[in-house]
Amino acid sequence: MEAAVFILSLVDCCALIFLSVYFIITLSDLECDYINARACCSKLNKWVIPEMIGQCLSTMLMLVSMHWFIFLLNLPVSAWNIYRHVKVPMGNMGVFDPTEIHNRGQLKSHMKEAMIKLGYHLLCFFIYLYSMILALIND
Amino acid sequence: DMTNQAQPYGSYGYPASMQPAYPQGPTSHTDSSPAHDPYGPPPSYQQFSQVRPGVCETDVFSSPIHLFCIFLQMTKLLIIFYLPLNLWASPFPNMSQLSAALGGLSGVPELEVEALRPVNLLQERNLLPPRPLEAPEPNLSPDLKKVNCSPQTFRCTLTSIPQTQALLNKARLPLGLLLHPFRDLQQLPVITSNTIVRCRSCRTYINPFVTFLDQRRWKCNLCYRVNDVPDEFMYNPVTRSYGEPHKRPEVQNATVEFIASSDYMLRPPQPSVYLFVLDVSHNAVEAGYLKYFCESLLDNLDKLPGDTRTRVGFLTFDSTIHFYNLQEGLSQPQMLVVSDIDDVFIPSHDSLMVNLKESAELVKDLLTSLPAMFSQTRETHSALGPALQAAFKLMSPTGGRVTVFQTQLPTLGAGMLKSREDPNQRSSTKHLGPATDFYKKLALDCSGQQIGVDLFLLSSQYADLASLACMSKYSAGSIFYYPSFHHTHNPTQLEKFQKDLERYLTRKIGFEAVMRIRCTKGLSIHTFHGNFFVRSTDLLSLANVNPDSAFAVQMSIEDSLADSSLACFQAALLYTSNKGKRRIRVHTLCLPVVNQLSDVYAGADVQAITCLLANMAIDRSITSGLSDARDALVNAVVDLVSSYKSNVSNLQQSGLVVPASMRLFPLYILALLKQKALRTGTSTRLDERVFAMCEFKTQPLQQLMQMVHPDLYRLDNMSDQGALHLNDTVVPQPHLLHLAADRLSRDGAFLMDCGNVSFFCIVVSHIPELETLLSERVRAFLDWLQDNRAFSSTIHVVKDDASAQATFFQHLVEDRSESASSYSEFLQNVQLQK
Repeated sequence: MEAAVFILSLVDCCALIFLSVYFIITLSDLECDYINARACCSKLNKWVIPEMIGQCLSTMLMLVSMHWFIFLLNLPVSAWNIYRHVKVPMGNMGVFDPTEIHNRGQLKSHMKEAMIKLGYHLLCFFIYLYSMILALIND
Repeated sequence: DMTNQAQPYGSYGYPASMQPAYPQGPTSHTDSSPAHDPYGPPPSYQQFSQVRPGVCETDVFSSPIHLFCIFLQMTKLLIIFYLPLNLWASPFPNMSQLSAALGGLSGVPELEVEALRPVNLLQERNLLPPRPLEAPEPNLSPDLKKVNCSPQTFRCTLTSIPQTQALLNKARLPLGLLLHPFRDLQQLPVITSNTIVRCRSCRTYINPFVTFLDQRRWKCNLCYRVNDVPDEFMYNPVTRSYGEPHKRPEVQNATVEFIASSDYMLRPPQPSVYLFVLDVSHNAVEAGYLKYFCESLLDNLDKLPGDTRTRVGFLTFDSTIHFYNLQEGLSQPQMLVVSDIDDVFIPSHDSLMVNLKESAELVKDLLTSLPAMFSQTRETHSALGPALQAAFKLMSPTGGRVTVFQTQLPTLGAGMLKSREDPNQRSSTKHLGPATDFYKKLALDCSGQQIGVDLFLLSSQYADLASLACMSKYSAGSIFYYPSFHHTHNPTQLEKFQKDLERYLTRKIGFEAVMRIRCTKGLSIHTFHGNFFVRSTDLLSLANVNPDSAFAVQMSIEDSLADSSLACFQAALLYTSNKGKRRIRVHTLCLPVVNQLSDVYAGADVQAITCLLANMAIDRSITSGLSDARDALVNAVVDLVSSYKSNVSNLQQSGLVVPASMRLFPLYILALLKQKALRTGTSTRLDERVFAMCEFKTQPLQQLMQMVHPDLYRLDNMSDQGALHLNDTVVPQPHLLHLAADRLSRDGAFLMDCGNVSFFCIVVSHIPELETLLSERVRAFLDWLQDNRAFSSTIHVVKDDASAQATFFQHLVEDRSESASSYSEFLQNVQLQK
């Protein structure tokens, strides 16, 4: 049961890692002028909700299986994702808005955010891996 | 004159010895004296290398004459430094001492010291210059100044660029550019050569500030890469001479226009295509704009910019959409009604957008009968969204310009809006951003198809301009707003509408344009202001470009600019002219780089800084709220004062001391805080506020400054002193007055020039007897003011008219109003906060 929870979280975390890498690649394509703002933003906006769902799933799993420390580790990122999604002004076309992305260094801040998330997910990946192995050994 | 002498790398007639020994920019020198050193270091030899436009670097040691002259300059400077020792006593010597000391040097250090003179704002009451403020001149050598870009086209907030980001932060001033690239120009050199010479790595166009290393190689002034001069460039068609690439017009003018070859076209240049989308609901008929629009268009039909391929089309809408078949050969225009607004389709593709020359009669027929067609309409709904979708479908194949006339909130179909303004809460500062992304998406689609959407909003009720404006903001269109428009009840708005329409229909236009702004290595642009779509870093996509829009960008200094003494900026606008020719208009601006904070302050351009701060405040008010933005503006003044006090000024005076170059800054910021866009406390309709914000983002600097701080003149005692003599009329040049009621007098006549509207105020108890000479002078002065602007201004006579009187007194920014402080109160507030 424990093992199952951690296997699921591990898979979820892998998916989130791939997603962060995808975000970083798309944003750097925009920075280097390989794609234009509209294409980039529509690609990224498509994956904002799945990312949020994935992160919340991981958090819920940890909550349900009562692993408090990992739950607290996951909570800020889920909260941040939800906050970011809710705080989008009404006239914007999603979290990534093609008309605003080149203004006020938004491109850089999104890039930084994606990098931090990547680092964080890698950390979580190893934590889950370790916990999964422990759980499997204890079973 | 310029025959090839024995030395291939000779000075081409610009003997280095005759140059004034003025340092192009101070090289790094340590601040040796406690008082700041206004004269800079003695020039070192390296400084002559990058300085003259298009001239080869001279080998300074090549002739004894050069050496001797340089020695003379050095001794002159040594004398200046060591003889008048009393100059070291006070850091700010007075002007007479300075002029005696500087003697033969170029006059620029005098100007710099004048710009740095400390001004105590609490004591000096007369800050305004006699004539409207001119742009400050950058601290460059006279040759560079002569070829530099006109400040009306390209202006920087700091005419001396700080060397590092740390220095810029210390100065507490924003760094940015304000450009007006498609401005109407009297003379524009057009280059018709086959090759357009550009840098190989950064693709900068060749400009007057490049250096020619020898005849065959040139060094880019933005990325410092050495490029080859192509063979065709060696021949100068203007002087018919060979071997002087630096004499070519591209290298002699900072503003040039190239004729673009087919490499610069993604598709054959498009014809001029104009579509007019007209609201014909009951509200629109009540407002009565249709008749005046049709009249204006009929008068100007042959003046629409274009050639024989010009096309026009018309679309009217209320709760359904009406298309007009204007095919040549029909006896009269045919109306096709599409009532399915959820899935708009185009009834017949060919004849809805018709060639203007061929179908001229039908178009005229339609325009004459259009007002009468809808005079009895009872439709109250307005399906603007579907109409725009139909317009998009009509225009997608070619691109062009769509002009939308709207008189109410769109209530039907896609993009319908709800009223967000609470009429009781008129001083609410929320809802400044769009309510839906429909218009933004539409604008982006239009921008992708090279369609520009212009909006004329003629509504008397709330029409959610904040959302509607998006259709123009991102498709490079213009927005015109006539609050409370009614054809009989509001004749001033009607007159303004007619005048604006005439200018709008006949002004120059460019299609399918893109603009790129390049800066010297080390500077980068991080924020853009204006109506365009930023497609990728530095590339602005403008579906239409018109001569009345301006743009602003903010920059940051990523790497230190220590290894260059000049910073250059180039704006290149690639567009299709209305005759179907592909052109590139290039503007290049060159500014010196400085590493002293005092030099930064000496070169500060107070008007440009005010406008850039206004743009930033508007962005901030949309993202974090109006009070935040207002606080940020006041903090800008406080920061400047404290930074000047702690870093540059050593005077321990009480009072509010600022450098003379920035003495008008608190006054302008106070005037900004009292603008419709940013004011609180006074009841402002939401649409008017949003429109004022849009104006700030798109108006050119001169118009903006007149809006913010109007020019007030006294007319009844104008003398001929300093008058201009043009075409045998004498145009008097009266002095500017401060905008305070105590400058008005009971028996005078005053004119307040606010840009698009002027107030002629007679604050008298009785009408004075004006002699004919004076009235002639007044008329000459008014005509001269009108000549210099694109949109003619309407004149209101303020005497008994209460609303005009109220607006006139609202513009007196130095006075206290019921919700805003007076100028002296503002200064005291700033002093408290610093």
